[in-house]
Amino acid sequence: MTDAVADTAIQETQHRSLWGDVWVQYRSHTGAMIGTVIFVAICLLVLLGPIFYDVDPNFTNVRDRNAPMSWAYPMGSDNLGRDMFAAILHGGRISLAVGLTAMLLSLFVGTFIGLLAGYFKWLDGPLMRLTDLFLALPLLPLLLVVVMLFRDVLRPIFGPELGIFLLIVFLIGITSWMQTARIVRGDVLALKEREFVLAARSIGTPPRRIIMRHLMPNILSPIMVSATLGVANAIITESALSFLGLGFPSDVPTWGRLLFDGKDFLTLTPARVIWPGLMISLTVLSVNFMGDGLRDALDPRIRGR
Amino acid sequence: MRLTHLLGTAVVLALGASAAMAERGADGQLNIIYWQAPSTMNPFLSGGTKEVEAASMVLEPLASYDQDGNIVPRLVEQLPTVENGGVAADLTSITWKIKPGILWSDGTPFTANDAVFTWQYCTHPEGGCSQSSYFDGVTSVEAVDDLTVKVIFAEPKPYPYTAFAGSESPVLQAAQFADCLGAKAPECTDANFGPIGTGPFVVTDFKPNDVISLEANPNYREADKPAFGSVLFKGGGDAASAARSVLETGEFDYAWNLQIEPEILTQMEAAGKGSVVVSFQTSVERLHLNQTNADSGLSAEERSVYNDGNNPHPFLTDPEVGKALSMAIDRELLVEVGYGKTGQVTCNVLPAPELYASTANDGCKTQDLEGAKAVLDAAGWVPGGDGVREKDGVRLSVLYQTSTNSVRQGTQALIKQWWNELGVEVELRNIDASVFFGGDPASPDTFQKFYADIEMYTNNFSGADPEAYMANWRCSEIPGPGTQWQGSNIQRFCKPEYDALVDEMAKTADLATRGELAKAMNDMIIQEYSIIPLIHRGGTSAHANTLGGVKMTDWDSELWNIADWHRVE
Repeated sequence: MTDAVADTAIQETQHRSLWGDVWVQYRSHTGAMIGTVIFVAICLLVLLGPIFYDVDPNFTNVRDRNAPMSWAYPMGSDNLGRDMFAAILHGGRISLAVGLTAMLLSLFVGTFIGLLAGYFKWLDGPLMRLTDLFLALPLLPLLLVVVMLFRDVLRPIFGPELGIFLLIVFLIGITSWMQTARIVRGDVLALKEREFVLAARSIGTPPRRIIMRHLMPNILSPIMVSATLGVANAIITESALSFLGLGFPSDVPTWGRLLFDGKDFLTLTPARVIWPGLMISLTVLSVNFMGDGLRDALDPRIRGR
Repeated sequence: MRLTHLLGTAVVLALGASAAMAERGADGQLNIIYWQAPSTMNPFLSGGTKEVEAASMVLEPLASYDQDGNIVPRLVEQLPTVENGGVAADLTSITWKIKPGILWSDGTPFTANDAVFTWQYCTHPEGGCSQSSYFDGVTSVEAVDDLTVKVIFAEPKPYPYTAFAGSESPVLQAAQFADCLGAKAPECTDANFGPIGTGPFVVTDFKPNDVISLEANPNYREADKPAFGSVLFKGGGDAASAARSVLETGEFDYAWNLQIEPEILTQMEAAGKGSVVVSFQTSVERLHLNQTNADSGLSAEERSVYNDGNNPHPFLTDPEVGKALSMAIDRELLVEVGYGKTGQVTCNVLPAPELYASTANDGCKTQDLEGAKAVLDAAGWVPGGDGVREKDGVRLSVLYQTSTNSVRQGTQALIKQWWNELGVEVELRNIDASVFFGGDPASPDTFQKFYADIEMYTNNFSGADPEAYMANWRCSEIPGPGTQWQGSNIQRFCKPEYDALVDEMAKTADLATRGELAKAMNDMIIQEYSIIPLIHRGGTSAHANTLGGVKMTDWDSELWNIADWHRVE
């Protein structure tokens, strides 16, 4: 009986790994699979699209303004005759780049603070009060002030587009790490009293190792989930900023800005609003489904079933 | 017995009340939307049209301009002229006879001393009054008696209706602003937000950059006016939603300054709730080319500060560059795409009236990209490795800013494309209109601070005489930290010859000569390329079909006759 169990365990470790199990579970989540396919398609479209469809999104061709969808203008043209499809492709690069970078930043900050607060009791109070402070900050007024104060400082160093990119990524990252930090802290608090952590501590493992070897792998699932949610959040915040006419200069298309510019033309050329709106919604939705699937896949209790 | 008596009194009171109701305030509330929100109700502290217009419901000048540009008496019995003795035969003074019985909204009488005080207020050396050009050439303002104001000029003044004429030069109440002279002017928040006026309405609540609530002035001089009992003056939003709220949804009765793509405006008007009114006067959408260095590396004391000419722009002071930038622009196309029937091509910063409109610059009406390239080549600006022209290590790279408005961003995109073709690198920036025109000295993004190389907006002048307007570009009108960034010489243009022409116009009586002088000044500004005019814009507003009495004008505040506005079925 015991032999049999041991045998299967050995066989299983030969054929199955943790990530293999996660992948099997993830594949069984239909929503996550659809989300992944759509997200990968969007990424490929905006990354490779401009190579094959090399139209300058800022080129104005006034004779063809407000054009409907056609072979020459797959998504129509705006009131200056700029090609909407090219703008969507170029805008997607920026929107996705902002989303992913800001997510990474907020993930890093959130995990770091959450781990410290959860593991070291004396840091818990100060760090959690700092988290509360950031949670209480109203995002948009803060962004307004910071963009106004630092735009001119960053412009000569990084140039107008990269400067504002860094600023926006930094701002979104720095204002969205709090949820991650709280989740991570909670999990760490529970985990660090578990027997395997106590055992590690009793043989003199330094805190750095306990955190990296024993705690991190166990809190990966909530981190992954908040990462996917973070991408969606960052894309929406960037859209909101562009929608308010802040953020990137008016000749840098982003999905949010295209939506903003198109809203006056809603009744005349609805394509100008529908396409960027659709791209934002699809991206956010697909990323959310991916997060949902990932959570199920990474949770060992669900995975077993 | 007593009860009957009381009832009788009540009935009489009710009747009396309803009789009064039938006149002033009978039409309920008037809803006005200005998509740029006013930041103050004191027009002397802001060069912005929105503040001047909002204030014109409360503060009044002695004389106004009607919809045809004629000057009409307002707080005076008749217009002073040489014929009726109001203007001295040698043209060195003008005497205004105030209508007797005019009261301020707080019930105190309006007197000549208030006008004298207004002159002192606006010409205070530390004040930085935005409208001080209206007092150019005025040596003193005297109260001959309670109802007689005498304005004395240093030189014969052929067009004496500058001080106290038009909505940009109204009269303030001396009692209210007595402690607000000079540098203290911006600190008098209560007075600046709720000035006591003689106009048809009184401010009840002022939220800066948001909403102004006003009610009918109980002491207004005409007992049956205004027809509206209260005004809700909403600021903020954008031009398209303002237009929609009048033309399509009918939430508001009046919307101002509808700079919207022509195709959208036409479509909205088709909804049939309101109508668009256009009036061509003196508004010109123009590019201002910063004549001072706006490098962000400079300190606050230097950036975009004139410094007596010691801080010149690295290349925009070169007229050849400005000339090439102007030649590269296809103004016809800008009109077609962004303005439709509400704009015309212009090459002058002073496009009207006829007498003052120069024809010397009309060559700009056709685009000449090749010619523009040749101009730059000849001036030594040659394309560098990345295609951007340079000379002596200076690259032709400009930061081009304007307010957030989709027509303006469209214009920016088109102009950027032409300038790029020319070999000029262009960075675009757009700033929320409430901030850009807000005049806040602490904000880096106002049009007065001009922390950019080129900026685009529209300006105009009220009244039919361009003397005060042309005086805007005197050296002394340059904004800077010393004047809390007030002053109307936005592009920091300074030329002694120009100042001499301004002075000469101030003492020239003959109308034809004045026309020549105005043209000469216009040509000097245009040919130095410190201003590149683009489009002669009609004032475009919309009013609900249920609103009567609107006499759209660009010569004065659009709300100049708001006392006569009324509800129609």
